[in-house]
Amino acid sequence: MPIVPLDTLVPGEKGTIQSIATPAAPLRQRLMEMGLTKGAHVELIRLAPLGDPIEILIRGYRLSLRKEEAGSVQIEKDEQ
Amino acid sequence: MTVAPLVETKMRTIAVIGNPNSGKTTVFNALTGLRQKVGNYPGVTVEKKEGKILFGDGTEAILLDLPGTYSLSAQSPDEKIATDILLGRVADTPSPDLVVCVVDASNLERNLYLVAQVLDYQIPVVIALNMVDLAQQEGMVIDDSRLSTELGVPVVPVVATKKTGIPELRKTIAATTSMPARERRWILPRVVEDDILALCGRLQDAHGLREPEALNEAIDLLSGNGDGNNHSARLTEDILEFAERSRKGLDEHGIDRASVFVESRYQWIQQVCDRVVQRNHLSGPSLSDRLDRVLTHKVWGFLIFVALMALMFQTIFSWATVPMDLIGRGISWVGNQVVDVMPAGDLRDLVVNGALAGVGAVVTFLPQIMFLFLFLGILEDSGYMARAAFIMDRLMNKVGLHGKSFIPMLSSFACAIPGLMATRTIESRKDRIVTMLVSPLVSCSARLPVYALMIATFIPQRNIYGFISLPGVTLVSMYLLGLVAALLMAWLFKKTLLKGEAPVFILELPPYRIPTPKSIFLHMWERSYAFLKRAGTFILAVSIVLWFLASYPKREHATAAEQLNRSFAGQTGHAIEPLIRPLGFDWKIGIGLVGSLLQREVFVSTMGTIYNINDSKGSGVVSLREHLRQDVDPATGRPVFSILTAICLMVYYVLAMQCMSTVAVMRRETNSWRWPLFQIAYMTALAYVVTFAVYRVGLLIV
Repeated sequence: MPIVPLDTLVPGEKGTIQSIATPAAPLRQRLMEMGLTKGAHVELIRLAPLGDPIEILIRGYRLSLRKEEAGSVQIEKDEQ
Repeated sequence: MTVAPLVETKMRTIAVIGNPNSGKTTVFNALTGLRQKVGNYPGVTVEKKEGKILFGDGTEAILLDLPGTYSLSAQSPDEKIATDILLGRVADTPSPDLVVCVVDASNLERNLYLVAQVLDYQIPVVIALNMVDLAQQEGMVIDDSRLSTELGVPVVPVVATKKTGIPELRKTIAATTSMPARERRWILPRVVEDDILALCGRLQDAHGLREPEALNEAIDLLSGNGDGNNHSARLTEDILEFAERSRKGLDEHGIDRASVFVESRYQWIQQVCDRVVQRNHLSGPSLSDRLDRVLTHKVWGFLIFVALMALMFQTIFSWATVPMDLIGRGISWVGNQVVDVMPAGDLRDLVVNGALAGVGAVVTFLPQIMFLFLFLGILEDSGYMARAAFIMDRLMNKVGLHGKSFIPMLSSFACAIPGLMATRTIESRKDRIVTMLVSPLVSCSARLPVYALMIATFIPQRNIYGFISLPGVTLVSMYLLGLVAALLMAWLFKKTLLKGEAPVFILELPPYRIPTPKSIFLHMWERSYAFLKRAGTFILAVSIVLWFLASYPKREHATAAEQLNRSFAGQTGHAIEPLIRPLGFDWKIGIGLVGSLLQREVFVSTMGTIYNINDSKGSGVVSLREHLRQDVDPATGRPVFSILTAICLMVYYVLAMQCMSTVAVMRRETNSWRWPLFQIAYMTALAYVVTFAVYRVGLLIV
């Protein structure tokens, strides 16, 4: 399946995290500590009313992050 | 002679740690009851909350509520203080003898990440597995005794809001005095493990570090790039070289050093969860999910948000005025009693016009602060605050701020003081300071009397296009000016002074919960008390100083106006006249500006005194307007006040920091004089420049 940035998913789409590609080390660390590690499953739940930030389901809880940051998370999409 | 033995009477210190939204504070409250005190850690703005836990046998221990954190990686001030406390590095805080980890059972995986880190510190740990009822509702059954075996520490299931399991938790805490020798259970890839162990050994030998400290340091050395940090200053050349070699070696092995430690912990956690959690599939979405479909809906979400904010604003802005008026009347009643009882003289004056006026200035803010924290408490504890930030983030992002900065700015329409206090929910220190710096630019309720006087006196009662009234437009313009100035300054500060830190918005959206009245009222009380104690004393002092300046030196047989005119405050008004002339202000306005440094609305009563208005007959304001209109400048023969002067004065009040109470709160919230002084300077400069520009442009038009 194709590997795409997390912010390109549409609500309801799921996938598995492949990597976090950001040069900002603290951001990368923070995202990983919040559970966005390689191999973790993620589902895009919804977008905020103005289209940004997004809400995802990760490790059984809801997390919201801006598209800018989500763009650095590479996802392998599940078969629909 | 016998020497009394040094009896070991030191009380145990127990730290409570947990993720935000894990119910940590509720567990803390349930264990301590009301025996709590709130302070600050030395040198940082992180709040220090401690209480006492009583055990059944009459013994007691100090319970320390650590800030809510997701990890111990020391990125934010909250995380850093939590890490430092666990390592015993904070002055006046003994290193804890036991750590109570509060874990949200319905969100076990992520909560266990912090637990995995805490376990590495080799301090005795008790896990409070909170909200087991919610987990069950979501179809999760957790085998707590199995979890205890897997983690190697006691696990007590609790529902802190209902006090279920709290006695057992208390008993377990009392019984847990030591940590069984315990190996680290999360496993690193072989090559990394070897290097970590070797590095740990060297750190222990060369620097005498204890094992947990050495592990911490070793992970830090291998996951980073060896630059930055403050390693090089503290560690021997030998160790730095060794670390550099291992980093190279690991890179050659294709190990992602930054992520391997986090991933290894999560892998272990996943295995633990697979063994202890039994998931029953539920049909349909959860209640939280259904609520979110409405509350974060494109249309409904906004409407509900606006309605809630309007309600909060209404409460702080107008409903709070009822108790505020009562308090005001109470204070003046006390003042009248004092006037009746005490002989006339300086002392009575000091008590009535200095001390009581100061007390009044402080306590009249209380209702607003209490209402605000009632609202904020409900919004925060119910989980809606995170949604509000989620909804507003896009807009706030445009000026470089976080979604959470919206509510403090909104609260500042009522009063900047609760606004500043509401910034505590913002994690990033820089974002918090920017929000605090600009919030007082938003027009608060104390500016309204000044606007009202100026508009009623000088803005003609005329309609534009038949239905828009000129006074109304003027008032709205003043509010807009403040808001625009706040947003522009926020943008400017984020671009210049407080840039750096990328504005990151990574926010948990916790499930909705019904807040418990106890925790909300406790929160409200803590905040109000903190305000009374820290800001109150300062405001009282300033008010006495201002009274002194307006009353001395004394003149015999002088009218109130003459007295004020010749007082230190009056002299200052005259002295600053050359400074404020370019803004179109004369010395009388100067006295008004000096007199209203404590509170903006004092301007109105100061003008009343200057123009010698007897306010007791209720016609004071009307005759003050007449006097203002008729006053003529002896130098130019033109009226002192014109429409332009009135507008300039309002603009000045929109932008200038004429509120010492805000300064006091700023001092308390930032824990230094640096930011409040900077705030006074930039706001005064901004007010001066903008008012000057308005006056000059206005002169060309008029």
